[in-house]
Amino acid sequence: MITYLIKRLLEMIPTLFGITLLSFFIIHLAPGKPTDIFTELNPKITPEARERLEKLYSLDKPILVQYGMWLKKIVRLDFGASFSSDRRSVMEKIWDNRKPLLERRLFVTFMINLLSMIIIFLIAIPIGISSATHQHSLYDKITTTTVFIGFAMPSFWLALLLMMFFGVYLDWLPVSQLKSMNYDSLTLSGKIWDLAKHLILPIFVSAFGGLAADSRYMRSSMLEVIRQDYVTVARAKGLPERAVIYKHALRNALLPIITLLGLSVPGLIGGSVIFENIFGIPGMGQLFYMSVMTRDYPTVMGVLTIGAMLTLLGNLMADLGYMLADPRIRAK
Amino acid sequence: MNGSSLRNVFWRRFKKNRLAVAGGVIVLVLFFVAIFAPLISPYDPNDIDRKHVLEAPGIKHPFGTDDLGRDILSRMIWGARISLSVGFVAVGIATIIGMIAGALAGYYGGWADRIIMRFIDIMLTIPTFFLILAVIAFIGAGIWNIMIVIGITSWMGVARLVRAEFLSIKQREYVLAARAVGASDFRIIFRHIMINSMSPVLVSAILGIAGAVLVESALSFLGIGIQPPTPSWGNILTLGKDNIEIAWWLSVYPGLAILITVLGYNLLGEGIRDSIDPRLWDTERR
Amino acid sequence: MKKAFYIFLLLLVLSGCKSKTSATSQTALKSASDEPAYGDTLIEGTIGEPSILIPMLAGDSASHNIAGIIFNGLVKYDTDLSVIGDLAESWDISHDGLVITFHLRKGVKWADGVEFTADDVMFGYKTIIDEKTPTAYSEDFRQVRKAEVLDKYTFRVTYEKPFAPALTSWGNLVVLPKHLLEGKDITKSELARNPVGMGPYKLNKWTSGQELALDAYQDYFEGRPYINHYIYRVIPDSATMFLELQAGGIDMMGLTPIQYTKQTETDFFKSNFQKFRYPAFAYTYMGLNLKHPFFKDKQVRQAIAYAIDKSEIVDVVLFGLGSPSTGPYVPNTWPYNPNVKKYEYNPEKAMQFLKEAGWKDTDGDGILDRDGKPFEFTILTNMGNTLRMNTATIIQWRLAKVGIKVEIRALEWSTFINEFIDKRCFQAVILGWSIGLDPDQFDIWHSSKTKEKEFNFVSYRNPEVDELLDRGRRTFDITERKKAYFRIQEILADELPYIFLYVPDATPIVQARFRGIKPSPTGITYNLPKWYVPKKLQRHTLEP
Repeated sequence: MITYLIKRLLEMIPTLFGITLLSFFIIHLAPGKPTDIFTELNPKITPEARERLEKLYSLDKPILVQYGMWLKKIVRLDFGASFSSDRRSVMEKIWDNRKPLLERRLFVTFMINLLSMIIIFLIAIPIGISSATHQHSLYDKITTTTVFIGFAMPSFWLALLLMMFFGVYLDWLPVSQLKSMNYDSLTLSGKIWDLAKHLILPIFVSAFGGLAADSRYMRSSMLEVIRQDYVTVARAKGLPERAVIYKHALRNALLPIITLLGLSVPGLIGGSVIFENIFGIPGMGQLFYMSVMTRDYPTVMGVLTIGAMLTLLGNLMADLGYMLADPRIRAK
Repeated sequence: MNGSSLRNVFWRRFKKNRLAVAGGVIVLVLFFVAIFAPLISPYDPNDIDRKHVLEAPGIKHPFGTDDLGRDILSRMIWGARISLSVGFVAVGIATIIGMIAGALAGYYGGWADRIIMRFIDIMLTIPTFFLILAVIAFIGAGIWNIMIVIGITSWMGVARLVRAEFLSIKQREYVLAARAVGASDFRIIFRHIMINSMSPVLVSAILGIAGAVLVESALSFLGIGIQPPTPSWGNILTLGKDNIEIAWWLSVYPGLAILITVLGYNLLGEGIRDSIDPRLWDTERR
Repeated sequence: MKKAFYIFLLLLVLSGCKSKTSATSQTALKSASDEPAYGDTLIEGTIGEPSILIPMLAGDSASHNIAGIIFNGLVKYDTDLSVIGDLAESWDISHDGLVITFHLRKGVKWADGVEFTADDVMFGYKTIIDEKTPTAYSEDFRQVRKAEVLDKYTFRVTYEKPFAPALTSWGNLVVLPKHLLEGKDITKSELARNPVGMGPYKLNKWTSGQELALDAYQDYFEGRPYINHYIYRVIPDSATMFLELQAGGIDMMGLTPIQYTKQTETDFFKSNFQKFRYPAFAYTYMGLNLKHPFFKDKQVRQAIAYAIDKSEIVDVVLFGLGSPSTGPYVPNTWPYNPNVKKYEYNPEKAMQFLKEAGWKDTDGDGILDRDGKPFEFTILTNMGNTLRMNTATIIQWRLAKVGIKVEIRALEWSTFINEFIDKRCFQAVILGWSIGLDPDQFDIWHSSKTKEKEFNFVSYRNPEVDELLDRGRRTFDITERKKAYFRIQEILADELPYIFLYVPDATPIVQARFRGIKPSPTGITYNLPKWYVPKKLQRHTLEP
């Protein structure tokens, strides 16, 4: 099992390398230089001043040299200095050690995605199971339609409707951002309550959209399993239906879901661009969008690479979970 | 079971699934609207009218007007064309790339398989929406750019499907027989195996169209979707977002259109999958 | 996107803090309980987050907004647009206009308690002209031949040639705390995110992606500001920001025309908010590439002007919040010439002009053609600006009616500038210039500024305009300058290198509990330290 794990880890290295190469070249294919944003259409800047700026950012070097320089640094998890005018290091923007956790973008995005994954898991599994055991019933139809509505609704629209209803009309929940202005002066329980209130809508929006994939997958996985011979045998033995479903079928039906959870990480991270922007949440998605629009290449690359690392981590966890759950692999 | 009885089983099962039938009807209606847009649209979708800006739905304008006084119903009808063509072209590109990559990997195996699968791993690891966002922002938000970028970032599922299908049927008798009589690789791939792997690919394509419509609306929200004045549901909805409190019709209609379309495609796709896949067929008990 | 140039000049105003109009007359009208009181918090919403708070390094408007209340300049604009002292108490200009001697205020303290002196100005000047400083604003300071510190409170600059924009360039770009920055690399300084200034507010805490919290500077040289805290909240989505305004999450934001005219006309807004409206120092135009065969012809350019209904654009796109523009200056400022050729909407005249220029629809497809070439062109504009996009859409629709086919392409900003504007690879563009209070527009219209990446990107050449531009910047005599700029506007209105479209209004909204706001031609925030909330209306009671 350990060797399997090591093998999986080693396999990730070329993947990671490929990711950096791919994204680096795609990003540099595009025309336009980051210095353009800085100078905007300012009539008070001279061509010499522009060239100076470009030299400073070493955009004048050949692209392969730039990639080499960049790769050398990221081995040490150093993504270089951002092109934005504060020129902070990319790592500091993503994960600033000196700041509290809630002010670190990576943590914020990770926390929201983890919470929404847990909620998706907790809701999607039961829905999937019950709609499989009641295939073609009214209940099956209602849940099917509901989860698909969640998937089909443009998330920014849903978010806006919820903000209007709960934030302005009812005035129950805060409209945007992660914490209140007086957060720092609150007690610990007050802080948790404040944070929870701010998180309800973003997590709901994120989870509602992700429900469909997992619950549908669970449903078909379950449908497949309950037609297997051993389930029929269990039934034939006269075991109660509940025991058949939850003891024998569920265990096997859950296995593919674990892999799916790992695979759904990039989708969730991608979706965070939308809800972080509409809710004004300072996470990786928001940072990515801002840096894409200003052609802040180092930050774009940093976020892409870290996003990919998170996915790899998710896949690894899924592998691990699979191994623990599946006796056939565990035995190897 | 021969072909025609398989088809009968499919139809019998598909018709039983009312949600899938509803999905199919939605998709057909949309096709109709998109194809006949010039005939059924009551106004020119780009006609500006300074005297009827932000008018609520009424007899003259059943879905109201937007901030330039343009008729929303007409823009929605033409938008159906744009939004659906984005879906179709993007999925078309994804399907072609996916089938070729999957076929090469599945048929030849060995190093071709390894390289393609590693590449798929890489593509699956990068958050796709990040990639789409970056590329569109850098190369510009033209309709073709959007179609192509969505296409080349969403072929991996198809490739895996086709590859798996290949691995499972490569060893079947009719393929081995074809090879024994000296049919070329190309012929074997396209005449025999491809046709057999069509059905799962079709399902994934139908679901993919729904996904592409959503991606376009998300890009519009970020300001880099189909650019106005060309109407797409995504950009009508984004315009509506900013005026949601004074002009509900600007966001409710396009929002519902996206919702119903995506829902329709998903129900249809799922229905077809359920009806094709014998493993999911009802047992005698139920 | 706003131009940094404009922001820089506006900042001179923002950073100003002294309100010369007496506050007594207004307070007398109010009840005793409405008297100015210390306390409360002002929360402003912003779409973009500032990136750096050292004025000379900042390129975006959000950064300049905040840096503007943290740093003051030597001079600033008064509410009547005249130049008055800020950190400089007074100044002398030599008769030839080449030497300016600034007499600085005594006893002004940086937020860390160290006294502000002429050395700080000298240090700022040296930094801005340093090759290693990545700043976009060094051009004006390169005109300086010599800078000297005469004593602790006297700073003198000598120019090579008379330079009319000289005085106004000494805003807050060149004032830096020498004692904190000397010998350090300014680009890596802590001060970029944690600045030490001497303005009415000082930065307390910056939470990335969320907010910048500023506290009133108790020892501010013009007196402690009434409002204790100023918070700049980052909300990237405009719809969300508007909901926050209603939910009480923010007190102040800039409204879009549609929000100003339609969404805020309810009783809720009338009783809880105060709206303001004044012309912005900016104009939007359609620039035509004069090297393109279609637009070489003056008559064609005039035909296009006649085919476009500017009042329609103002009515529909701006909901009437603005005015049609006729030249590169804003109405009611001294360089503005109201008596230039205007082009009233007249499609018949447009078609007649086009016909005279040789454009006829010979093949009957509804599009004019000449020598077998149809009259088709593309308007480029930048992504994400709804007002410009709508303007382009209306122009496209109007030009179609006279037989000209227009395509519209929106491009992401840096691609737009780098690949299309800089390389002169466009037919027409819709863009805006934010203009300074000084009328010098040498860089935009002079024929020597048409090289790649320079700002005369439409390639406009007119020897008379060249001569007038030079005359305008080399004299301090305002009547002389006025004469030059009036004539320039007449020529531009006739030759139409740009189709001038409109001057938009700025439309901020502020929560009703804030008092002491006195709109002026320069906006509302120039007297921010004098804003206050009467004691009983104060909402946030955190003490500083």
